[in-house]
Amino acid sequence: MQKFHVVIIGGGATGAALAHDLSLRGLRVTVVERGEVTSGTTGRHHGLLHSGARYAVKDQESAKECIQENMILRKIAPGSFELNNGLFVAITDEDMAYRPAFLEGLETCGIPYKEITPQEALRREPNLNPAVKAAVEVPDGTMDAMRLPLRFFATAQRNGAVIKTYTEVEELLMQGKTVTGVRVRDHVTEKTYEIGADIVVNAAGAWSGKIAAMAGVHVPLQPSPGVLVAVYGRWNNMVLNRMHRSGDGDIIVPQRTLSVIGTSSWVVEDPDRLEMKKEHIRLMYEYGAALVPAIKGAKMRAAWAAARPLIGSGGAQTGRELSRTFKCFDHAERDGVEGFVTIAGGKATTARGMAEVTADVVARKLGIDAPCRTREVVLLPHTAYYRRRW
Amino acid sequence: MATVTFKIYRYKPGAIDPPRYDTFRVEVEDHTTVLDVLEILRLDDPTLTYRHSCHHGSCGTCGMLVNGKEVLACVTNVLALKSDEVVIEPLRNAPVVSDLVVDMTPFFEKYAPVEMPYIRRSEYLPEAEPPEDVGEYMRFESCLECGLCLSACPVVATDPDYLGPAALAAAARVVQEPRGHDVPSIFQMVDNDEGCWRCHAAMECSAACPNGVDPGGMIMFLRKALLTQKR
Repeated sequence: MQKFHVVIIGGGATGAALAHDLSLRGLRVTVVERGEVTSGTTGRHHGLLHSGARYAVKDQESAKECIQENMILRKIAPGSFELNNGLFVAITDEDMAYRPAFLEGLETCGIPYKEITPQEALRREPNLNPAVKAAVEVPDGTMDAMRLPLRFFATAQRNGAVIKTYTEVEELLMQGKTVTGVRVRDHVTEKTYEIGADIVVNAAGAWSGKIAAMAGVHVPLQPSPGVLVAVYGRWNNMVLNRMHRSGDGDIIVPQRTLSVIGTSSWVVEDPDRLEMKKEHIRLMYEYGAALVPAIKGAKMRAAWAAARPLIGSGGAQTGRELSRTFKCFDHAERDGVEGFVTIAGGKATTARGMAEVTADVVARKLGIDAPCRTREVVLLPHTAYYRRRW
Repeated sequence: MATVTFKIYRYKPGAIDPPRYDTFRVEVEDHTTVLDVLEILRLDDPTLTYRHSCHHGSCGTCGMLVNGKEVLACVTNVLALKSDEVVIEPLRNAPVVSDLVVDMTPFFEKYAPVEMPYIRRSEYLPEAEPPEDVGEYMRFESCLECGLCLSACPVVATDPDYLGPAALAAAARVVQEPRGHDVPSIFQMVDNDEGCWRCHAAMECSAACPNGVDPGGMIMFLRKALLTQKR
């Protein structure tokens, strides 16, 4: 049987950053992912490098995590972001009423900002709604939702991690109340085999409830999908946000040659069954046009849904009421199940921080004294991920 | 709502070998894409393998042949194909790993050494005034590294040593916007029989490109730049 110190379940942003962190600490790590890497939620987000401003009023813990990680990512992944900053703009009187709380929140969370005049906002973004009443500049940016995690994977791989794609967990191996590994199905060879591990980490994102259930434990995870719409053309270069409480369709993220409008929010039980809500496409256009009127006539490239992995108990109606922060569960302490850790919640922007917290837990459980180095180590380019055989 | 027949290439070395085609009938709506169909089918058959990530034509992973033509599955609307039977196969000119998954290692073996910076100057809204600390607006490169151009290229099909349209287009981008790169070494990389002079100008790459890179035009740009430089 193959044996690793750590088996990570889930090849998304979290699994990528965790594999990188643990391999830098000298551990033998493998990642098992049922599909292609980043094929779950990770690849499908709007590509926002959060400044945290979006959460500065209602979800300050998440906001502080975002600004801290935003600054770290700029250092460790140079060249992987469109660093054009972002604007929060007030269009209506109602938006203006939100402005004082918003500015106070930015101060509290330590998010650098600069208020600019509506005239200046229009000089920077000529397609912005000319009704703009106030504009605040923050260090938002655009990331490549797949290629940033690929850099974590590439660097982890260079340091010995083994990334197993098309490898689906069928069962957690248990001895009494201790998880000792996983049994997986390789969808390429159609063979089933076992992998032993000192610790199994559940980093399956919106699917982590399903994985936890295999160990007989419950994690308070609420898959919350949203619809996103990409239109042809960059209608703005800065990330444009509506200055109001988080709501539907309040952001346009320019990305490559496209503009991505997001998002709606609802809750589901099964993240594999995300029905596409056609009505939400129309809403994204409508709300996007409130920020940039020309969006109305922009040709659609794609509309899709992605399931956020939010931490929350039952009873959430839309997902908007749930925090974007993350939580690491050591199931030994919580449920009496040894050798099993779940990392849940969070955002692509905070994946490195999530990995650091989780790797600290793993290292402590294994009695290893290696510190986290991911704040400083510059990642390999994404193309190095494919450098497996040459 | 319409019912469409899908014939999907299945191959797993040693397991489904020789390859076969599986046939499915799927109800599609007016917004259903080829990738949506694969996602629906995988709910019942988790062994169906394909690459995908962003679902909006930005990551470049879901390149495949649909009715014989190179496309990104995520931005290929099923009803727009106007075909009762849709055949889905892996890209050409790349080793098949499993079903619709091809090995991208040979692609990156040619492409990665060019070291094209993945960030470029944004050409959108040139009249805009960027923030002081930004200086100039930037955006990601257009190339999605999807491999459609290599699949479509008749020269790649017969000459494994040819640098190929994606790497050559990337080289041309470095010449256009060096961002600190050494342009003479890029010229050296492409100025040979397996570089930009190997192209037969069939322009299939430019027809296949899902994001307007125009690799064929970029190869012609390199030729012109080389000739001008030598004069």
